[in-house]
Amino acid sequence: MKWVDEFRTADGARKLAAALRSLTTRPWRIMEICGGQTHAILRFGIDQLLPPEITLLHGPGCPVCVTPLEQIDKAIELAHRPEVIFTSFGDMLRVPGSREDLLSVRAAGGDVRIVYSPLEAVDLALRNPSREVVFFAVGFETTAPANGMAVYRARQLNLKNFSLLVSHVLVPPAIEALLRSPGCCIQGFLAAGHVCTVEGYGDYLPVAARFRTPIVITGFEPIDILQGVYLCVKQLEEGRAEVENQYARAVRPEGNPAARRLVREVFEVCPRKWRGIGEIPASGLRLRDSYAAFDAERKFALNTGAVEEAPQCISGLILQGLKKPHECGAFGVQCTPERPLGATMVSSEGACSAYFRYKRTHV
Amino acid sequence: MAKVDFSGVVKDVSLAYVPEAKPGDYVLVHVGFALQTLDEEEARKTLEMLAQMGELAPGEDPAA
Repeated sequence: MKWVDEFRTADGARKLAAALRSLTTRPWRIMEICGGQTHAILRFGIDQLLPPEITLLHGPGCPVCVTPLEQIDKAIELAHRPEVIFTSFGDMLRVPGSREDLLSVRAAGGDVRIVYSPLEAVDLALRNPSREVVFFAVGFETTAPANGMAVYRARQLNLKNFSLLVSHVLVPPAIEALLRSPGCCIQGFLAAGHVCTVEGYGDYLPVAARFRTPIVITGFEPIDILQGVYLCVKQLEEGRAEVENQYARAVRPEGNPAARRLVREVFEVCPRKWRGIGEIPASGLRLRDSYAAFDAERKFALNTGAVEEAPQCISGLILQGLKKPHECGAFGVQCTPERPLGATMVSSEGACSAYFRYKRTHV
Repeated sequence: MAKVDFSGVVKDVSLAYVPEAKPGDYVLVHVGFALQTLDEEEARKTLEMLAQMGELAPGEDPAA
């Protein structure tokens, strides 16, 4: 078992495409939640293998894309402070705030550093006791165990100069919000496998039942995605609405209990604003009061207030599956990965950047 | 911490969440943390479903 090659075979993809063609009798609209899957779909041309009746809608599962503008501006404000070493995953640096991005703060002399893991930010705090190290804790359920562990470690080490700017989001409440939205046309979901690796899929069972919508936990290789679509269409054609697990090699029903325990020790559920979508109840994580000393928003007095989005950017509609990237007038013209108007064009998981990189469209 | 080989690139990865992982296991890693050991039997089952799918549709040309 090589774990990747087996799930990328052309023969397997053709078989699944043929099986999908004989299975599909009418139009179906399925949303893949995760931006990683959106990129795989465009990169491998999976959308072109599907029967014409099946439309894949691209969901809001890109943490960089849904981080609200206010949080980006707070990050920028912190990064400008001379005492701060601002640390972040690389993707966040190009995301436009209301006036500038983190990369331009760095160009102007701000100490902004890219880390691969939040533990590297903890190390930086240990080695720089006279500086304040802030880590931009952005992500879904998949990233929460790592970011939570960074804070847990910092407290064990009795660090006074480490804090998180938190913008964590949760998938099941977002699926529910999409399904409740009046314009919703989504008939089935591919849920993000790696999110479920941590949290399992118990939270999806009531959503599938209440909204009569199939949810298939799906992996990230081409065969995984095609098989996820196949299982979802099979349910739709048979009138079923269940939670199925295509990605069983990495996802257990209960997820990873040790990771879930640590996440619940450090974080609590809170309402969270999603960029382009708005506030969704109980859709975020914030640090518990017992970890308040590590919360950058409580530690530093920040001036950032409410801010406006670029008016041409339709990323909100794209993140809800209501528009496709190439339907935007700015796509590829005023808005490119080098000069993005919105976060969906920036991130390696954003739908607009996937279309820009892989899809042949006339602009 | 453990050494994890990503197709030739070796990185230090925390096993805090997969304490059962043994040398030689394949793990799913995200931002420096192993989140799950991969289950070979489940992977085979997924691939078997694919193999059976070809047998179920013998009339169809897979290259079509």
